[in-house]
Amino acid sequence: MVTELIILVMAVSLLLYTLLGGADFGAGIIELFVGDQAKDTIFRAIAPVWEANHIWLIIALVILFNGFPEAYAIFSNALHIPILLVLMGIIARGAAFTFRHYDAVQEAGSQRIYTQIFRWSSVFTVFMLGMLIAGLFAGTIPVGEPADFKAYFLDSWFHGFGASVGLFLTVLSAYIAAIFLLGEVETENGYSILQIFVRKLFIASVASGGVIFLASWVQGLTFHGLFFRNPISMGAAFMATLLAPYMFRLITDRKIWRMRIVAGAQVVLILLGWLVIQWPALVRFADGSSLTIYEASAPLATMQILLGALVFGVCTIFPALYYLFRVFKSDIRLNEE
Amino acid sequence: MEELLAARLQMAFSLGWHIIFACIGMAMPFFMAYAEWKWLKTKDEIYLDLAKAWSKGVAIFFAVGAVSGTLLSFELGLLWPEFMKHAGPIFGMPFSLEGTAFFIEAIALGVFLYGWNKIPPRAHWISGLVVGISGVMSGIFVVAANAWMNSPAGFDFVNGEYLNIDPVAAMFNDAWLTQALHMTFAAFASTGFAVAGVHACMLLRGHQIRFHQEALKIALIFGAIAALAMPITGDLAAKDVAKRQPAKLAAMEAHYHTEERASLIIGGVPDDETETVKYAIRIPGALSFLAHGNFNAEVIGLDQIPDDEQPPVAVTHFAFQIMIGFGSLMMMIGLLYFFMRWRKWDYIHKKWWLWMIALATPFGFIALEAGWTVTEVGRQPWIIYGVLRTEDALTPMPGIQYSLLLVFLVYTFLTVTVIWLMRRQIRVLHQKYASQ
Repeated sequence: MVTELIILVMAVSLLLYTLLGGADFGAGIIELFVGDQAKDTIFRAIAPVWEANHIWLIIALVILFNGFPEAYAIFSNALHIPILLVLMGIIARGAAFTFRHYDAVQEAGSQRIYTQIFRWSSVFTVFMLGMLIAGLFAGTIPVGEPADFKAYFLDSWFHGFGASVGLFLTVLSAYIAAIFLLGEVETENGYSILQIFVRKLFIASVASGGVIFLASWVQGLTFHGLFFRNPISMGAAFMATLLAPYMFRLITDRKIWRMRIVAGAQVVLILLGWLVIQWPALVRFADGSSLTIYEASAPLATMQILLGALVFGVCTIFPALYYLFRVFKSDIRLNEE
Repeated sequence: MEELLAARLQMAFSLGWHIIFACIGMAMPFFMAYAEWKWLKTKDEIYLDLAKAWSKGVAIFFAVGAVSGTLLSFELGLLWPEFMKHAGPIFGMPFSLEGTAFFIEAIALGVFLYGWNKIPPRAHWISGLVVGISGVMSGIFVVAANAWMNSPAGFDFVNGEYLNIDPVAAMFNDAWLTQALHMTFAAFASTGFAVAGVHACMLLRGHQIRFHQEALKIALIFGAIAALAMPITGDLAAKDVAKRQPAKLAAMEAHYHTEERASLIIGGVPDDETETVKYAIRIPGALSFLAHGNFNAEVIGLDQIPDDEQPPVAVTHFAFQIMIGFGSLMMMIGLLYFFMRWRKWDYIHKKWWLWMIALATPFGFIALEAGWTVTEVGRQPWIIYGVLRTEDALTPMPGIQYSLLLVFLVYTFLTVTVIWLMRRQIRVLHQKYASQ
């Protein structure tokens, strides 16, 4: 019971990271396509919340090493390289974003450098995050001690399937960001531009989602088989897709908060579809075996204290987060309902 | 360069770099809250300007501190997975609490930096205070985790197994209070002196404006009080180390031979071959007194520590001497400052005094890094004192030399950029004042 509850909190943490951190990364990606005209809107949207948004990743990590130490050790070993690359991306991105705004001298040369680093590290980081997550459930980590460098530290994550998940996550982040930014943009023109982007990104999401299954099939992995055979996963995927027409309607009608909730629902469904076939495995190995949450979990005393700390955390953090969003997100630019 | 050394250097470098920004993040919100409070009370615009100018610099330091902290939280597992596999379930509690504290801090920071015109002045001031308090709390929690490494508690180590885990006992280990006290004051001492020093430099350059004077005073009051607390908290910590980690004490004091009425060694060069300290000043009985409160007490020397459990003496001893040296200078500057305030001297216009403060700018951070070197190198060869050796915790991944190089390059680039940005911020600030 305790184990399941902790996994639930970790799943929620990852979900919130996908939504909020993803929106953050996505904003950088959107900027890459829309260009300098989006800079101010994006800054106003992200600046007060980006540091808080990314802490969900830390929370998920702490739960992992506290509650599921064996999984954490495998994660840190087999996926050492993509983790390091993601971290470099996070550092570059956070620094570039902050420097761009807080440089007391706003001149073309340095601004251009900050901007390029911010945009490209946004793409890079979320893509690598996708490859990293894919490494855990693709079934490409060799079981047992690391024997061969290439097999253990490279082939475990550096493959087509990983890249396809990376691509999907990148597109999804941009999609989430576009929807959130619709509520922040100040001009009709900006709204129209983003509206077109949302449509394109939706199609791209579906397409890249399909590529994941294709990559799984080409590489002979179990993912596509497990997904197609599971009615909940298939149902969730369909529902997420079918919400699209409703989403487009909400965008046309300028229902800012409803479109955000629907976007959130779509992400929840996608994650649900993935988690359902993943459960209860934390890591899938190349020989078909897996490490389940029960096998990897820490002793009961640790789990109980962890759950207590998480409950305390949730009770403290959510009200504070609510306040943050109230202060910064309650004045919507264009006409709300 | 072999893997273990590369991993040690990478960890040391990441920690040493991050801690500077973490200290600034812990202390500066209180400086800003003080300035904002003075503005709310006196309606003197200079205090509002100061709070806002400081927050522009702090935003940069916070962002860099946050991302470097993210690296560290993963690095524990990347470099020392065997350690984390066993330690994770035991000392996870302070980390979960730290995560909560961070979250509150990041939220409050967002409100503080961007909410000037969005919320009532009182609420804004409170948000600044919350940033500081949660920052200090998260610092205390993470130090408690480090304290556990020095003073393992909350488990039974039986035949290589970690049994009967008690996370609460682990967090409230014997060393956590003294370490937390010493580190918290260190953050204020180092940041206070650094900020005061920067403003003293500005005053020396002829920018004799009230802005810098008030800034210096606020920073220095925090720095001076903390600098006076440091010897006290340091003494508490050292007495604890003398009891629990005699090897660390012996190394930091370069105390080779167990003896009663042990001498305190000041300066000198330790020689492991001959087990002597050349060119040192010795104060008989002083080490026994400091370590155990009794001039005749026995202080365990390195001769009682097995060879393969001895920390590197030279590094630990030099670092300790550096920390004490700079810490003492700061304490004296602090005492002088309070004396001058009491006698109502016009210190703020005295060039020699400004020069002293300006020169002391890096003292706190030098002492800070030296102190961390003492405690981390002094704990070697253990990663969990008496339980797990650092070399047994190392990652199996080869090529750590490359990740060391990568981290080094990225952080060097960031350091240069941050310094460059600070200079630009100060330049623009002066242009603004010059035109008024």
